Amino acid sequence: MSGPSLMDSLFQRSLEDIIKGLRQQLIGEQAFISKALEEIRKEIKSTDLSTKSTALLKLSYLSNLHFHDLSFAAFHALEVLSSPRFSHKKIAYHAISLSFHDSTPVLLLITNHLRKDLNSTNEFEVSLSLQCLSRIANVDLARDLTPEVFALLSSNKLYLRKRAVAVVLRVFEKYPDSVRVCFKRLVENLENSDPQILSAVVGVFSELACKDPRSYLPLAPEFYKILVDSKNNWISIKVLKIFSKLAPLEPRLAKRVVEPICDLLRNTGAKSLLFECIRTVVTSLSEYESAVRLAVGKVREFLVDEDPNLKYLGLQALRIVAEKHLWAVSENKEVVIKSLSDGDPNIKIESLRLVMAMVSEHNVSEISRVLVNYALKSDPVFCNEILGSILSTCSRNLYEIIVDFDWYVSLLGEMSRIPHCQTGEEIENQLIDIGLRVKDVRPELVRVARDLLIDPALLGNSFLHSVLSAAAWASGEYVEFSRNPLELMEALLQPRTSLLPSSIRTVYIQSAFKVLVFCLHTCFVRGGSIVASASLNNLPAGVSASVSYESFDEFSVENGADASVVHGQTCASAPITKESIVNLLNLVELALGPLLGSHDVEVQERARNLLGFIDLTKPEVLNSAVQEKDDSEGKGVETSKIIKLMHDAFSKELGPVSLSAQGKVSLPDGLKLKENLGDLEMICGDLEPPSSNAFSFGSSYEQKDGLSFSNLQIKEDSEQTNESTSLLAEHRKRHGLYYLPSGKSELVSNDYPPANDPILQGDIDDNADNLVKLTAESLVPKRKSNHGKPRPVVVKLDEVDEKHVAMKKPESRDDSLSGAVRDVLFGCEDVPPTLSQSNLSNKLSSKRKGKEKQHTDPHAESKENVIDDGNSSLRRKDRSHGKERRHRSPRKKNAEERKETNQKEKEKSRRHHGRHKSRQRAEEPLKVSAQTPVIPDFLL
Amino acid sequence: MIHFVLLISRQGKVRLTKWYSTYSQKERTKVIRELSGVILTRGPKLCNFVEWRGLKVVYKRYASLYFCMCIDPDGNELEILEIIHHYVEVLDRYFGSVIELTSLIICRKAYYILDEILISGELQEPGKRTIVRAVAAQDSLVETVKEQTGSISTIIAQASK
Repeated sequence: MSGPSLMDSLFQRSLEDIIKGLRQQLIGEQAFISKALEEIRKEIKSTDLSTKSTALLKLSYLSNLHFHDLSFAAFHALEVLSSPRFSHKKIAYHAISLSFHDSTPVLLLITNHLRKDLNSTNEFEVSLSLQCLSRIANVDLARDLTPEVFALLSSNKLYLRKRAVAVVLRVFEKYPDSVRVCFKRLVENLENSDPQILSAVVGVFSELACKDPRSYLPLAPEFYKILVDSKNNWISIKVLKIFSKLAPLEPRLAKRVVEPICDLLRNTGAKSLLFECIRTVVTSLSEYESAVRLAVGKVREFLVDEDPNLKYLGLQALRIVAEKHLWAVSENKEVVIKSLSDGDPNIKIESLRLVMAMVSEHNVSEISRVLVNYALKSDPVFCNEILGSILSTCSRNLYEIIVDFDWYVSLLGEMSRIPHCQTGEEIENQLIDIGLRVKDVRPELVRVARDLLIDPALLGNSFLHSVLSAAAWASGEYVEFSRNPLELMEALLQPRTSLLPSSIRTVYIQSAFKVLVFCLHTCFVRGGSIVASASLNNLPAGVSASVSYESFDEFSVENGADASVVHGQTCASAPITKESIVNLLNLVELALGPLLGSHDVEVQERARNLLGFIDLTKPEVLNSAVQEKDDSEGKGVETSKIIKLMHDAFSKELGPVSLSAQGKVSLPDGLKLKENLGDLEMICGDLEPPSSNAFSFGSSYEQKDGLSFSNLQIKEDSEQTNESTSLLAEHRKRHGLYYLPSGKSELVSNDYPPANDPILQGDIDDNADNLVKLTAESLVPKRKSNHGKPRPVVVKLDEVDEKHVAMKKPESRDDSLSGAVRDVLFGCEDVPPTLSQSNLSNKLSSKRKGKEKQHTDPHAESKENVIDDGNSSLRRKDRSHGKERRHRSPRKKNAEERKETNQKEKEKSRRHHGRHKSRQRAEEPLKVSAQTPVIPDFLL
Repeated sequence: MIHFVLLISRQGKVRLTKWYSTYSQKERTKVIRELSGVILTRGPKLCNFVEWRGLKVVYKRYASLYFCMCIDPDGNELEILEIIHHYVEVLDRYFGSVIELTSLIICRKAYYILDEILISGELQEPGKRTIVRAVAAQDSLVETVKEQTGSISTIIAQASK
């Protein structure tokens, strides 16, 4: 038994050997590591502690840098920990703090080791175990070791005391009840003159205050003293962090600290402290104009500094200021705009955010113009960053800042044509959303959609497919605003649509359906172009004149004979003639015929719907086309009935749907949603399981049709390609979309150049200075008195939406901890909110004085509390006392507010209740946590 | 507070990791892969801060090593830069002006020094001399123990012959 272990220890490879071996890499890293791990697994079982510890050391090295699992060695680490030797302990603690977590099974066994070492006379051992505790403490450990940590909090060895202070943070977090024990001593350490201790304590409080600042307001005098007296920058930074949390809660405190902070701002040489001061002022003291001015001045120094770090931080600070003081940004706008072309992507993004912060309804179009031009020239990542921020800013609060929706819709169209654009989905959503919400913009929307649809090059860009889907939908839904529905139809059915994913093809087909119905309806039911205005009655008068059905180009009637006509210039005013309708029907049949064999069910189904409709109507249409005059009354009636029916079906307006719409639907009588469905089984029992059913069906289907199907597919494919090339040529010819010299490769290559060649757009000057000039006027908040037209109505479903947002607001935080802290600091205040205030007013008298004393001296107070802990009767008096105080104080928030917050708190605590049984005790004071705590008078 | 400290070489090799927040082994690998991808590709004259998963990572390059620390979004970046510099200076002082952390023994000592500087993600010891002294004192503790074990194992070795 001792033999192999001895050999192991003699010939064991040390950590150094491993590292050397790894660096030489004779047999490859992975192989070497797995070999070493094998050795370690053997060695770690050795009974010799040195061997074991060396193995553990090697293992933790590998785990640390090569991420090999250490968990199998958890128990061995504990064994090494029990060694009396310091070097072993050190290795063990290192491994433990590296690998242990809350669910490590042997965590329970470590308590005694830690306790022993915490009581050790060797301060380094104590320090090791403290360090370990700070990393691995869970509820049990924190609870069991609280007394030891408490003792160390007043250790006369500074080295240990500051560590104990740091560990307290973790202990509090895990076991809030420890606050009752340790808090007093922690506070006492705030008055320690030693900078190390002070730094540790302030660090702990700055972390605590992050989670729940309100509880620490009573300690403000101590923090204030440190702020004024401290000569150590690191301490000052942390105190500033605390004040930036406390100041917004208590205006008197803000007033008090603003001067010392400004002094620091003026006098400090350390950039880190300076930055912290700036941030404190801009986040928490933004009401103090002079302080903000001072801070912004310093920010300006940061912005023009050579150091990119300072520049970045300056921009960040500016962004915080921008929320309340926009002037600060416009004062520095040159720098901001210039930073858009900085070499550092982080700085670019930061300045972009700032630019977006400056956007208002007066300058949104100028800024967007500049940014879109900028996006054209920048790298893909930043380009999309720009586009994304334009989209999100403009759509904020239901397009709050957009006045001219026509402009915005065309901007969206333009953005989707930017070569690197990958924000298709957002553009899609916005296009549809705007279409639904803003009635007045629909004509422009259809125009933009048409431009997008008609360009075959866009179909090749898969990022744009979602935009195209929106365009197709919009042009189908609002086809009545189209200048030229027939042209639209051709765009929807153009050959390159085969490049679209089937989900979007279905949208195309459906839109084609709508367009077709519309055309037929205008032609037959309305009897041509004369009655067009009837459907336009919801348009502004000016628009309806230009939008009508007269604008039907002749070249779509006579197939491409006149290709040289620049399309879109609707010079001829031909009505939708029967002849053109016949052509249209033929076109649809030609384009959709192949789709009947499509693999996608949706595509197939919709194509079939459309073709079925054509089958239904075509004979009549042909009839009437040939013998127009004879038959307008007879058979035509049937057809026009169908057409009218379809048209009515499609012309019902779709509206935006509120997020919480489902909630508004009342439950119909007799519908039971929460019934037990157990007895369904009985009913379903005699049915065959549906899955097997479907399966057998599927297989038989495959057997029958599999062969012919694949054959068909091949045939169809080849047909399609032939067809598509010829159709494509025709399509191009008709719309004058030639990118390549005709004849040469037109029929061969299907590749288009990108829609927007960046070089073409390159005439925008690259110079950043120019950009500055461009925006120079636009960033100045100016009043543009004459908007082209009043802002159109945007359909809102607001109240519901807002509520939805508001519901999310209350954040969960470390309730039990803050509850405990509050309990200690002003435990006297925890009165259940149900107690009526008037009840208590007579009780106060003499005790009031005691209360005052408590507040001027938090230690005394907390001491009293510790004593009180067991004594409930005394406590109760104290409570009523606090209540009284609150009642009296003139500066308290009004009662309604308090009630509201109380309500919230109650709800929160209720939610917590079920979950953490162990914390129930700490939760108790929570219910009353909403009051404003009292600030000692000497501060005021 | 500081969530973790990483030392990564220019080639992307990890030299030191220290985690103050809980990350599983898998997450740790992922974090390092992500961050070294972001940080190592950044050019020399850019700012030292990176936004990452809602947190901020402050990094600085010394020789061929990147020192990275991850902090909360409201943490003070410049302060962290100072802490990094502080750490480097202590290392420098302890090892006698050799910042070649890739060499052998240092890697273990670097942890111990870091432990002196930071506890639970907070700066502990701003004095360089105290840190060096504390580490040296612990070293001497380890050394004496080592000597003992050395002698014991030689005795055993002789005895077993």
